[in-house]
Amino acid sequence: MPHRLLKFALSKKHPEPRMFRAPTELKSEYDAVIIGGGGHGLAAAYYLAKDHGITNVAILEKGYIGGGGTGRNTAIIRSNYLTPEGIRFYQGSVELFQDLSRELNLNLFYSKRGHFTLAHSPASLRTQRWRAEVNKHLGIDSRVVTPEFIKETVPEIDLHVGGHQAPIHGALYHPPGAVARHDAVAWGYARGADRRGVEIHQRTAVTDIEIRDGAVAGVHTDKGFIKTRKVLSAVAGWTTHITPMVGLRTPLVIHPLQAMVTEPLKPWLNSIVVSASLHLYVSQSSRGELVAGASLDPYELISMRSTLDFAEGMSTGLLDLFPCLGDIKVLRQWAGLCDMTPDFSPIMGVTPIKGFYIDAGWGTWGFKATPISGKTMAFTMAEDRDHKLIEAFSLSRFKRLELVGEKGAASVGH
Amino acid sequence: MPLRSGISIMKIITCPINGPRPLQEFHFGGEVRTMPDPNSATDEQWADYVFNREGEPGLKREWWYHVPSGTWFIAERDNRTDEFVRTFLYGAEECDG
Ligand SMILES: Cc1cc2nc3c(=O)[nH]c(=O)nc-3n(C[C@H](O)[C@H](O)[C@H](O)COP(=O)(O)OP(=O)(O)OC[C@H]3O[C@@H](n4cnc5c(N)ncnc54)[C@H](O)[C@@H]3O)c2cc1C
Repeated sequence: MPHRLLKFALSKKHPEPRMFRAPTELKSEYDAVIIGGGGHGLAAAYYLAKDHGITNVAILEKGYIGGGGTGRNTAIIRSNYLTPEGIRFYQGSVELFQDLSRELNLNLFYSKRGHFTLAHSPASLRTQRWRAEVNKHLGIDSRVVTPEFIKETVPEIDLHVGGHQAPIHGALYHPPGAVARHDAVAWGYARGADRRGVEIHQRTAVTDIEIRDGAVAGVHTDKGFIKTRKVLSAVAGWTTHITPMVGLRTPLVIHPLQAMVTEPLKPWLNSIVVSASLHLYVSQSSRGELVAGASLDPYELISMRSTLDFAEGMSTGLLDLFPCLGDIKVLRQWAGLCDMTPDFSPIMGVTPIKGFYIDAGWGTWGFKATPISGKTMAFTMAEDRDHKLIEAFSLSRFKRLELVGEKGAASVGH
Repeated sequence: MPLRSGISIMKIITCPINGPRPLQEFHFGGEVRTMPDPNSATDEQWADYVFNREGEPGLKREWWYHVPSGTWFIAERDNRTDEFVRTFLYGAEECDG
């Protein structure tokens, strides 16, 4: 390293610019407190400040921002869901994402790739056709394509899946399907919120929530008590730590979900390829690594350990689909926590406890929802009523037996 | 295959009938729940039974299934550490240590 550069790096005169401030003291009171500095919590804070002028807000993050699901996902963004409620909601997110790099003045590496959901049986092709028709009806660019079309677009694919699995019968094709740099989404929202006055407190854990007369009165943290009348729980895989603090029962159960990246390769895979039968989805990042994820771990666990079973299963599926990957090495593998609902839809909005708002049930599909969930939860907190787009996702739907069955589009597809 | 004392690479579950077997031979059946009487339960109690779960961290009572032998049994397991504290057949919890 040239001497001059080293001197510059070590000089106190040119400190490295930070994306956001690091406040040391908590105030005694805030207008709103957000638990969880993942994309959802940060986006909610950003839109609270930007759309509603509410800036006396603290985000409390027990670790570091983006250290949860936000920094662990495979970053797939799409809106080809199955239910009209789901499609409208996720389409709202795609629209916000498309302009987000400009709005946050940060390159999010939002990259439109085209998204294939492979069908390995006539039954699965039927579900894809159903999805395509609902999608088209709601104005989403989505259609069923033939094996020939898939082979033309992704020539490296083995349509016979190595002879080990049922061959590919076709796919649901969604041209707007995209990937983005997930860390940057967290940083961009954090900076935007911080510049509008929101305080981001990292390494600050919420330990209890104070309820008086059925309403939120404050939160206890490992750094002391804060008075507030509005609390948003945006902790995804940690939600079942928080709900007992306010006495809420939910259907949420936590499973790990695992992913991995390979060593970087020259660009060859433009599309995002998903196979529910092989339990995998794969895309190539802007750094050249293949990013691949599996389906949910088979039993409940609130731990981010990763397993050999996963690495074996994933590699087997990848090789069946792309035999050319035989010599490619896996760089790393990891796990994240997924808060699963029985209908594969989120749980959002007001709750029976006044001032306690929930943003959860993000399972394996919540990264793509970051902008729209931030925007609708900010509205919900400011107005103390559910935003129109999230009414169907209310926790009360389980009491009313009005589930939003999204399994056909969310169980592996993300 | 013990790595160091007490740590093994392979996850082992003790089936009450067949003894210690690898995790891959088992299926998870979800939390043990008591069904309210369908004739007298209110809609709200019924919905709570059908949908809500004890998802919080802690020691759980769960159904597990040993696939090769077709054995359903109950396990007490910590869902934070994945430690199986004990396993027993349905109705046998009193006599099993
Ligand atoms: C392997 C994997 C692949 C995935 N792939 C996709 C995909 O391709 N597309 C997609 O849309 N989704 C995907 N997901 C799902 C997605 O990652 C999550 O749904 C999403 O990131 C949730 O974001 P969040 O901001 O709600 O929560 P998180 O990012 O998990 O943030 C929650 C934060 O809360 C903090 N916290 C928890 N408890 C406390 C407390 N008591 N006090 C203070 N802070 C607390 C945590 O430290 C954490 O930082 C994937 C998930 C995984 C694990």
